[in-house]
Amino acid sequence: MGMFILRRVGVMLLTALCLTFLVFYLTNLYPNLEKLAKTQGNFRMSDEAVASWLEKGGYLQPTPVKYAEWLGVVPSYRFEAEDGTVTGRCILPGMEASEAPRYCGILQGYWGWSTVFRDPVSEIISTRLALTGKLMLWVMLLMVPGALIIGVLAGMREGSPLDRSLSTFSITTTATPEYVSGVLFIAVFASSAVGLKWFKGTATSAMENATFENFFLPVLTIALYGMGYIARMTRASMAEVMTAQYIRTARLKGVSFPNIVLKHALRNALIAPFTVIMLQFPWLLNGVVIVETLFNYKGFGWTLVQAAGNNDIELLLGVSVVSVIVVLVTQLISDIGYVYLNPRISVT
Amino acid sequence: MEDLTWTGSLGTFLDPLLFVLVPLFALAVVARILLSFFEPDTGTQANPDGTLVATGGIWSLSARIMTWLGAALVVLVLLYVVLGVVMGTGAGILGGISQRLTPVWIALIVTFWVSIHFKRRLGLYGKLFDSTIGMIGFGLVMFWVFVAVFTGLFDWIATHDALSQVSGMKNKGPGIPLRGAEQGEYPYYLLGGDNLARDVFSRVIKGSTIVIAIAPLATLFAFMVGITLGLPAGYYGGKLDTLLSFLANLILAFPVILLFYLLVTPEIVLTGLPQYMGVVLFAFPLIFFGVLIQSRFRTQPEKNSLWLAIVLIPLFLAYMSLINEDGSKISFWPLDFFDINAGILVVFVSVVFVNSPTVFRIVRGLAMDIKTRDYVAAAQTRGERPWYIMLWEILPNARGPLIVDFCLRIGYTTILLGTLGFFGLGLPPESPDWGSTINEGRKLLSIYLHPALPPAIALLSLVLGLNLLADGLREESLRD
Repeated sequence: MGMFILRRVGVMLLTALCLTFLVFYLTNLYPNLEKLAKTQGNFRMSDEAVASWLEKGGYLQPTPVKYAEWLGVVPSYRFEAEDGTVTGRCILPGMEASEAPRYCGILQGYWGWSTVFRDPVSEIISTRLALTGKLMLWVMLLMVPGALIIGVLAGMREGSPLDRSLSTFSITTTATPEYVSGVLFIAVFASSAVGLKWFKGTATSAMENATFENFFLPVLTIALYGMGYIARMTRASMAEVMTAQYIRTARLKGVSFPNIVLKHALRNALIAPFTVIMLQFPWLLNGVVIVETLFNYKGFGWTLVQAAGNNDIELLLGVSVVSVIVVLVTQLISDIGYVYLNPRISVT
Repeated sequence: MEDLTWTGSLGTFLDPLLFVLVPLFALAVVARILLSFFEPDTGTQANPDGTLVATGGIWSLSARIMTWLGAALVVLVLLYVVLGVVMGTGAGILGGISQRLTPVWIALIVTFWVSIHFKRRLGLYGKLFDSTIGMIGFGLVMFWVFVAVFTGLFDWIATHDALSQVSGMKNKGPGIPLRGAEQGEYPYYLLGGDNLARDVFSRVIKGSTIVIAIAPLATLFAFMVGITLGLPAGYYGGKLDTLLSFLANLILAFPVILLFYLLVTPEIVLTGLPQYMGVVLFAFPLIFFGVLIQSRFRTQPEKNSLWLAIVLIPLFLAYMSLINEDGSKISFWPLDFFDINAGILVVFVSVVFVNSPTVFRIVRGLAMDIKTRDYVAAAQTRGERPWYIMLWEILPNARGPLIVDFCLRIGYTTILLGTLGFFGLGLPPESPDWGSTINEGRKLLSIYLHPALPPAIALLSLVLGLNLLADGLREESLRD
């Protein structure tokens, strides 16, 4: 088991390195840099002005060198202007060049400086991630029990009217992407045109003070899309378990149906959904981006859109590092958990 | 002219019926679900002489009530459609829409009649018509396919141009007559006007052509890539498998939206990167068909070169015209038959790129499973080449799950295209595709519902149809 985890962590690090390099490469293509220079400077910059702005920021070095600087394995670039002032990546505003460290990268714990928000990346990511964490927590609290209940109810009597209606429900939710269900929910529950106005159409106020009124719609929108998929997996797994020999034995013994479902079937039926739930995280990340944009909730997904839209290289890298780690760690947990829950599978 | 109501003159006698039937039907469904907790789930009882008798009691009563109410509802909806076709805008907005859709209704009826008539001779496709779910899904999908075809090829269904703006129609609700309509112009905005005074109905209809043109084709390309790489990875295993799986997991670990934001920007299009990716991705169909034919007819050189020529030469010409474009990074080929809009190309390439790793994983898993079967061992003993075994022994036997996944994946691609439109990536800003229209409509959602809802419902119904179709296919293919 130790070896297995070690190997997985190694692959994880390699994947993270490759992915961040890919993001780095794409954001550092010259047209992107030009756009960055123009948004930071002004839009009518001449080509020479763009080049000198980029030169000053150290953007014109070869990509592998810049990437190594960002990682913190190579001393970072410094630019000395004609009047002798030195600027560089490591020299934060209001800091003397001589005091600044030579290496500043991820390895030194320095995530960079966001050009859009004009704040350190680590600060932005931690605050935004906390906001999204709150959203995700409620999504999980709604989605997982909901999906499991639907799946178990549908799977315990395959082909019954209950099964059919719940299956139709879960197919419908998997076919409704967040931007469709979100729009439908806002239209029905939040707009003045229908007039119900039960909930608020934006979740901006939920960032400080989340209430049922302003937070339920975004949570429901994300939860529904994932719910159908997990419910279908649970249903399939439950239906399979219900045909097993030991369930028949229990029935013949005279165990009551609720007891069979709760005590005999449920434990075995929940192994498969566990992996599915863990693997849902990457999809949830997508949902978060859409829903945060739709409901104007300024969390991690919203930050991603802002960073990508403005080619904020270091913020975008920070965002991708975090999301890639989330994805890979959940994959690891799902693998380990699967082995742990199902003794028939061994890693060796 | 007066504003149209939703159902017009039909409303006086059909609407009350609808308002009675819908709650009754809902009540019956709920009652049946609740009853299923207490009553045993058997509606029929087999007698020893081989006859069947329906068991009575409250259970079968609820089942019968539900069936009848459901049938009544279907008849009612059909009445709206049929009377709408006859009466046009006399039957309100729904009538007007129904009349515009007349070619679609006719095509649907013909398709269903022919398919049901010959269903025993049509293999898996015919079996689809044994399952209600599958038929509903197929109906929904074909509805949008016909809408897209008739709009795209003949320009039949849409009432107005998708881009033209008519003064005085900004944000007007459904069924408002067109101010100053000229002779020969459709006198109404059936579903109202959006915030730029364009016809919502026509935009939804025109939007379907974009989805129906891109989504299945992109999925097909993703399948070519996934199959061509997944079969050897699963069959050979070893280092090749490790490498390819690592690459696939790499792409899968990327949040899709981040990838889109990185790939689908005008700046990236300038660098020519999507075109280079296209060069690689679009080469896979060529490789696939080349190997497919070569492995089959290797021992018959004449047949081999004939088939290779028939298939590969057109494909090669299409490939070259596809990747070449005047005024971009790649333009060396003199025979450039068609130019694809750079925005559409980048959307297409990135959708294929995002989808292929998942297909790769599915194909790899199937190949690993099937290669242990006896018929594969028999082929190996016969001395068949590996590629023959992969493409002519393993692939045909993996077709069931692959067809089901193909349907699901078209739906997923539709969702991805909508996501791209929603974030305003790739497609031109005034494009009528559903994602962009939803994005435009959502800004005024708290006041005006009509610009955002029709595209949302359209996208929902198409994806739902594809999912139901996949479900029906899965059920029917498991049955044999």
